[in-house]
Amino acid sequence: MNPRVNDPTRSNQDARTPAAGNACVRIRGLRTVLNGKTIFDDVDLDIARGKITAIMGPSGTGKTTLLRHITGQLAADCGDIEVDGRHVAGLNRTQLFDLRERIGYLFQNSALLTDFSVFENVAFPLRQHLRLPEEIIRNIVLTRLQSVGLRGAAHLMPSELSGGMARRVALARAIVRDPDLMIYDEPFVGLDPIALNQILTLIRTLNDTLGVTSILVAHEFSAVRRIADHVVLIAGGKFVASGHPDVLARGESEWTRQFFGGEADGPVPFQYPARDYAAELGFAAGAR
Amino acid sequence: MNAPRRNMMLADALAQVGAVGLFMFSILAAVPKSLRHYRETVRQVWFVGAMSLVIIMTCGLFVGMVLSLQLYYVLTNFGGTAALGTVVALSMFRELGPVVTALLFAGRAGTSMTAEIGLMRATDQLSAMEMMAVDPMSYVVAPRFLAGILAMPLLVCIFNALGLLGAHLVGVSWLGLDNGTFWGNMTSTVEVWSDLLNGVWKSAAFGAVIALIATFQGYTTPPTSEGVAYATTRTVVSSAIVVLALDFVMTAFLM
Repeated sequence: MNPRVNDPTRSNQDARTPAAGNACVRIRGLRTVLNGKTIFDDVDLDIARGKITAIMGPSGTGKTTLLRHITGQLAADCGDIEVDGRHVAGLNRTQLFDLRERIGYLFQNSALLTDFSVFENVAFPLRQHLRLPEEIIRNIVLTRLQSVGLRGAAHLMPSELSGGMARRVALARAIVRDPDLMIYDEPFVGLDPIALNQILTLIRTLNDTLGVTSILVAHEFSAVRRIADHVVLIAGGKFVASGHPDVLARGESEWTRQFFGGEADGPVPFQYPARDYAAELGFAAGAR
Repeated sequence: MNAPRRNMMLADALAQVGAVGLFMFSILAAVPKSLRHYRETVRQVWFVGAMSLVIIMTCGLFVGMVLSLQLYYVLTNFGGTAALGTVVALSMFRELGPVVTALLFAGRAGTSMTAEIGLMRATDQLSAMEMMAVDPMSYVVAPRFLAGILAMPLLVCIFNALGLLGAHLVGVSWLGLDNGTFWGNMTSTVEVWSDLLNGVWKSAAFGAVIALIATFQGYTTPPTSEGVAYATTRTVVSSAIVVLALDFVMTAFLM
């Protein structure tokens, strides 16, 4: 039904372990504690240049936090993050903005500017950073909107869009300046099967034709499996498994077996830490 | 209240003042860059200025009318009704105009600034701008700050004009004071530089303070609906207190 966009047999797709010397993002000794909870505990990670790396894991394990560290939105308590050879922690605001000009970021909640129309949202980065004639801006914006299937919605306001449409507009805005690094935070939420298929193809095409490095946070393993070159599984403050999605799908470790099998029992607790269930309900001996 | 709790409250208050001070320096640093977004500043002047005209004009008219009515009966006791125009004009230009307009401005424009920026924070619009390498301080905050400084003096002038019209309606048209006496005494006594412009300087300062408080509260609000609601309330309360305190200080220096 859906064509397999990512073929592990293809020569440029077999990076099951990112080449350390060609890492676009390099993380060493990352440690983060938020509100007393350890999110990352001394972790290392390399994101290979020109590949699609998916970050997966149970909710609340720090996937979005990791993206915020990479883009300098949130400082780590300890460790070093290098993006394209630049140490993020050492950048001043101007240098950080220079770096971000080469990064496209798709927010979890789309984050469209509510005062602007769809067209103006996508044109916003172009207008802010480039002095282009209006006709060229118009053509670029319409091209990007066409690629996400929303050229006809250019005149609509964000309040008139569905969640899936807003996400596609946000994606068009994220790619409008042809970034070197694309970061997608939950890009598949709210997409219908047709839109999902087109967005998967778009992400893969961006990667194949422009050599964009992509970092993808998602929960939909079937979608991730079609496009990702490498999957990293986060749980308990550590990267517990990584590799090609087809390899991880075999469930050779207890982590991947539980996560990709959707099992409640395993090393990742389904229940948030709590006191004894029976005691809380008042059924424990002596509770009444 | 025990001593440790009192000390903690004092430390919190001082920290808040320090944070507002740092925020003000960030705005001032962002102002040169924000001039690139002059259209946004013009849009904000329209939004906080022109859109506030109805409330400012209505209140100005009624404040002038009630002031005229009260003063007329007071001045009648001393046989000084001829000074009605002068007293109303001085009261309006020097104090009531800037202060009442500032309080109305805080309620009408300050709250909307806080709520708008707070919602932008809650919906990640500010983060999205940062990720697009657009500084929210220069694109969102500084234009609103400049709009506050530009719009307030204009609103005060309109408030004063409508106040005088209201005073004239009550004093001359209703209570029968001579029209020439009303305007003649006023124009011969009221000074443009010392009376009218003092109020204009004050209003520009009030506009800056209200815009600073409103943008700070919006920018630093917790990204929740409750957080935005509290921030909006704090904008009105803090603005009212600071405007009245600043009015006393500025009056003491400008007298």
